[in-house]
Amino acid sequence: MPKETMTAENFQKLDDLILQEKETKGALIQVLQKAQDIFGYLPIEVQQKISKGLRIPMSEIYGVVTFYSQFNLEPKGDYMISVCMGTACYVRNAQPILDEISKFTGIKSGETTPDGKFSLIACRCIGACGLAPIITINEDVYGRLTVEEIKGIMEKY
Amino acid sequence: MKTIAELEAIRKKAQDDVKLRSGSGDVRVVVGMATCGIAAGARPVMMAMIDEINKRNLQNVTVTQTGCIGACRLEPMLEVYEGEDKTTYVKLTPELARQIVAEHLVNGRVLKGQTIGVFEKEEA
Amino acid sequence: MELYRSHVLVCGGTGCVSSDAFKIIDLFEKELEKHGLEKEVKVVQTGCFGLCEAGPIVIVYPEGSFYSQVKLDDVTRITEEHLMKGRIVQDLIYKEPGKKEASDSINNMGFYKKQQRVALRNCGVINPEILEEYIAYDGYAALAKVLTEMSPEEVVETVKASGLRGRGGGGFPTGLKWEFTSKAEGDIKYVACNADEGDPGAFMDRSVLEGDPHALVESMAIAGYAVGAEYGFVYVRAEYPIAVKRLQIAIDQARENGLLGEDIFGSGFNFDMEIREGAGAFVCGEETALIKSIEGGRGMPKVRPPFPAQKGIFDKPTLLNNVETFANIPQIILKGADWFAGIGTEKSKGTKVFALGGKINNTGLLEIPMGTTLRETIFEVGGGIPNGKAFKAVQTGGPSGGCIPDAHLDTPIDFDNLISLGSMMGSGGMIVMDEDNCMVDVARFFLDFTEEESCGKCTPCREGTKRMHELLDKITEGKGTQQDVDKLESLAKTIKSASLCGLGQTAPNPVLSTIKYFRNEYEAHVNDKKCPAGVCQALLQFLVIPEKCKKCGICAAKCPVDCISGVKGKEVYLIDQEECIKCGACLEACPFDAIKKG
Repeated sequence: MPKETMTAENFQKLDDLILQEKETKGALIQVLQKAQDIFGYLPIEVQQKISKGLRIPMSEIYGVVTFYSQFNLEPKGDYMISVCMGTACYVRNAQPILDEISKFTGIKSGETTPDGKFSLIACRCIGACGLAPIITINEDVYGRLTVEEIKGIMEKY
Repeated sequence: MKTIAELEAIRKKAQDDVKLRSGSGDVRVVVGMATCGIAAGARPVMMAMIDEINKRNLQNVTVTQTGCIGACRLEPMLEVYEGEDKTTYVKLTPELARQIVAEHLVNGRVLKGQTIGVFEKEEA
Repeated sequence: MELYRSHVLVCGGTGCVSSDAFKIIDLFEKELEKHGLEKEVKVVQTGCFGLCEAGPIVIVYPEGSFYSQVKLDDVTRITEEHLMKGRIVQDLIYKEPGKKEASDSINNMGFYKKQQRVALRNCGVINPEILEEYIAYDGYAALAKVLTEMSPEEVVETVKASGLRGRGGGGFPTGLKWEFTSKAEGDIKYVACNADEGDPGAFMDRSVLEGDPHALVESMAIAGYAVGAEYGFVYVRAEYPIAVKRLQIAIDQARENGLLGEDIFGSGFNFDMEIREGAGAFVCGEETALIKSIEGGRGMPKVRPPFPAQKGIFDKPTLLNNVETFANIPQIILKGADWFAGIGTEKSKGTKVFALGGKINNTGLLEIPMGTTLRETIFEVGGGIPNGKAFKAVQTGGPSGGCIPDAHLDTPIDFDNLISLGSMMGSGGMIVMDEDNCMVDVARFFLDFTEEESCGKCTPCREGTKRMHELLDKITEGKGTQQDVDKLESLAKTIKSASLCGLGQTAPNPVLSTIKYFRNEYEAHVNDKKCPAGVCQALLQFLVIPEKCKKCGICAAKCPVDCISGVKGKEVYLIDQEECIKCGACLEACPFDAIKKG
């Protein structure tokens, strides 16, 4: 299971963060980004705390969190698999790569495995088009992929 | 930075450091740096050459290295290319390298005594 | 001063970093130390060289030797052969597609020959994390000139006279934007930079941020002086961590050296700036949405007027330009408006950076004068199509652009020509497609993108993109009719004219252009229930070619649903089309190429 991040220590970090950014104009997105760095995702409790701290209505905060694809309401797996589905990768057969990873992990794009090990997303262009098709697993990058290589890569994790 | 003079000073200094990347200059100095050349002391020769060129702020000269020029007994040696012309200097020392910069590259006078022709004649 | 006889430039752009460029730098430094060369040879991490296909790239100066796809094992050889003995390691040198000989120097390579680098001039030349290297290439000289010799009005006039148009997509004259903002009433004004490069397949802005971040800092300060702003925001995509880091380093260095802050060059002019990171929303590349996002809210566009020049960030007059646009400014100031206006076509001046990708030999970033034809770009600079395949279309302008067929390849590239072909310049993505790409599927791919990225504010875009996507799904699944194609076309035209912002107005372009130029492919899908390129799974058929079948039975053994029948050694095998799930396992398994898809 994913690590528990709702700790007193992390909430203290959040308080410090809010205090520090309170006076900055238009700081909401930065605060949310840093809060997500602390907790790994943005559960309602965290959003409520930010709402009170920055004096911004909860409706607006929830609106921003759900608008941007970077913010997560649910915890993510230990390994984040991002399959680039930018145009250059797509025309070089990224779809079969995504399908193969789905087959291996048993999850669709946007889902997390029940054991919290893998999350899978089809991401937008990461700008390494020379290496198309390309995937990243956390910090590791695998480029110029073929469907046959997927199994070997996945077994490393 | 409060003045343009300060910016200009930094620019001048930094330019020396990066001019290597602007491609070939009009004059190319090629130093023989194969095993034989290195063993004979080509490295100090090359460094003296570069140092002197930088000191005199010569803009159109690039220094590169090459493998064996073929006359190992005459190492360390280097060749100066100016357009079609080629001058080959042999049995060099760092001091001679500095002289080549001063005489040949700056004043355009070939250092006759150090060219390969002279040595080949002596040996013949 | 440190004295080096040779510089080893290693590309530190995202593409090359993805394939171990940082490890290569470390290893070079270790190897040089091992051989006692660390005082003679300098390792420099630079921005993107542009030829990402060949990455990781290492260039050794003064020779200009271009090493491509360098592996960690190759570092030792390059050090021991080239750097120690001066022998260029020929087999590691980049060979251009179609040429036998390796290029001896970067200056002679076809990929670079037709290029003219203005916005990218320092990318791959300087170390972006060292201020002095930027200054060595005339960095901050334009800012100095502007602050000491020119009035703000003169700066605006110069930019106007250059004919520079916005490089982010719209192509609006930059000088006019500067003029509107400078004339707007307001005590506080802002300069903002759009670095929310969201088009898939376009990465020129990232390349400037990674390879030459000081150019943006300098340029924004110049803009601040011209329009009367003292503060700037750079809105960068969160997906670009290296770019954010390098830009922050540049801002800090500029501040430490008095190039940002108060009383710059003793002129009394103050300017400072900060980075705001985006959070992943394509629509934030639209200017009013971007402003909303900088303010910390949902990035939804609003009706213009008022334009940002009147009411922008925090309702103050705001000058908003994109990264590549800004990157041209210092050169225009230093070399003059006439120099810039002398490059390009009548209505599109200067150069444009394109990100070439897809089915092309030289994937990468290139900067060419406006007016270069598509054909020159793809076949000369880009090196043509790999594996001997036939060219089918080039898609320009990302999800907002269209697909251009072979018949129009001789069109000179400029803003207006591309629009008249039903595409657009956009940010400069250029994706090449070959005979194996299905144009209906490509249109569907872009609609998938725009549907998801539509912010939902206006109905034509929110509902329209969804309906277009559904129709395209239907067609690619083989359930479409001729009427669906007609419906798609009329819907596309409505969305184009009725949407609020650029996203919706251009979202139908991929559909309209593919219907216009590749109507036969749509018709094959709806009438013959066939996908000519063999991409759309539902329309595929796998067939055994009887003359080629050796009756070995390997295909039947591989079939996961047991739908291939035959008798080993005696009878030609047959695929049951009703049962076939179109997985393609048989095609891959057949050792005699006796199975075809069609």
